[in-house]
Amino acid sequence: MDDLYREIIIEHYKNPGFRGELNPNDYSFEDENPVCGDHIRVDLRVNSDGQIVDARFSGEGCAISQASADLLIESVIGKNIEEVKSLSKQDVLDLLGIDLGVVRLKCALLPLKVLKAGVYGMGKEIEELDLE
Amino acid sequence: MNIDFSTLKKDFPILEREVHPGKQLVYLDSTASTQKPQLVLDAMDEYYQKHNANIHRGVYTISEEATQMYEEAREKVAKFIHAPSRRNVIFTRNATESLNLVAFTWGRAYLKKGDTILLTEMEHHSNIVPWQIIAAEKELKIEFIPVLADGKLDLQAYELMLNKKPKVVSFTHMSNVLGTITPAKRITELAHQAGALVVIDGAQSVPHLPVDITDIDADFLAFSAHKMCGPTGIGALYGKLDILNAMPPFLGGGDMIRKVTFEGFTTSDVPAKFEAGTPAIAEAIGFGAAVDYLNSIGMEEIARHEQEIAKYGLEQLEASGIKVIGPRESRGGVLSFVMDEIHPHDIAQILDSEGIAVRAGHHCAQPLHLKFGLPATTRASFYLYNSKDDVNSLVKGLDKVKQMFDR
Repeated sequence: MDDLYREIIIEHYKNPGFRGELNPNDYSFEDENPVCGDHIRVDLRVNSDGQIVDARFSGEGCAISQASADLLIESVIGKNIEEVKSLSKQDVLDLLGIDLGVVRLKCALLPLKVLKAGVYGMGKEIEELDLE
Repeated sequence: MNIDFSTLKKDFPILEREVHPGKQLVYLDSTASTQKPQLVLDAMDEYYQKHNANIHRGVYTISEEATQMYEEAREKVAKFIHAPSRRNVIFTRNATESLNLVAFTWGRAYLKKGDTILLTEMEHHSNIVPWQIIAAEKELKIEFIPVLADGKLDLQAYELMLNKKPKVVSFTHMSNVLGTITPAKRITELAHQAGALVVIDGAQSVPHLPVDITDIDADFLAFSAHKMCGPTGIGALYGKLDILNAMPPFLGGGDMIRKVTFEGFTTSDVPAKFEAGTPAIAEAIGFGAAVDYLNSIGMEEIARHEQEIAKYGLEQLEASGIKVIGPRESRGGVLSFVMDEIHPHDIAQILDSEGIAVRAGHHCAQPLHLKFGLPATTRASFYLYNSKDDVNSLVKGLDKVKQMFDR
């Protein structure tokens, strides 16, 4: 249990560095986990080279989903949109540094799902982004 | 009759299980599904080992035995809710299917464009979505009786809403989130005076309270076996006979027909008319055994025991500064609560590490959570096998949760 609720997770949950909204933005997307009602919105500002110059997340959820969002947003600032498209489940787990069961995996991956749905464009069904 | 509830735990083999080393299961999620006593498992085993055969048409011994066991189970379930006859009870998959059956057969046959369906704000999704489906199909209106801040139904608002002459009033007898027990008899009486059909979602009340459907006088009552010590895969729909006789069938297939030609079919008598295909025979027998088990303890006793634990739990949680939602009286053994800053999912996860099983989320009642401005809650619920010790384990577990987040 102490592994799952590592200090880094509690810290990012209680004091997130990248919580907020960007208005205007170049990409914005939101979605929820229907099982638990966790809700995440991700806003991105991207320059003409496709580089992410600023990013924020907002929403509500458990420590795992919120810490995952904060760590993910922190990690993508400065990256190119194309790099974001290739981010995987393992990248998120590496950021969190924990192993998760099937139920909590959905919490951890919700931010990445939202982010990828955003950069792929609104037309793409989020369910098609098979992360697991 | 004085029952020593502390002896009942041993009837449930799973409650002896350690879920983590040194952490015995503390099961506090009976509102979602209850555990099964050994005698229910034995009844189903015995059926499979000695009597397994398809029912109703076989003329050989074991088929006749299976038929008799299945119909005896129906008789037991009917008596349990004080139905006038076994024919009032249709076996379904669960309360959800029972409610869908009413919406899709009665609703489809009798509701017309512009008609109103009255539900409450504290319904489970299973008593909202079937009506939304039929409402979209037939252009019906759905209105919701408000829930007051204390978790009770706003009966004054209800009486006013009846002036619009709704065709259906469908409501929960006990909220799976708030624990609120609704005045079913009064609600039914008023609805009938206004000319509405009355449907009760008894998924939480039938397992936990004495329910006399003849006294309540509702037209339909839906409930599930797995929430009352029985197996999954079987539930029941009680219906008044004249209504069931007049209604069109639900699913088509074997067992529900009297005669089939290339041109068409005629239906069998109630209840077979609503039981197409081979039913869940072993599960029905398990359902009957579960009813026997509950009767051996007594529903009055069970309700009193649970309400005592819930009252103790409410006091203990509030003493540790935890906010419990729902009414302070007229409530069943359900405690949904919130802790500042700590998400229910995290609470449930940390409690699990102590062997404590609680539920986190919106408990299939999203509109109700929206109404109270809560994205999710944590819910501990009690049944006949729970004790004050389980509440103490919960409180201790919640202390651990606080410590985890207080670093």
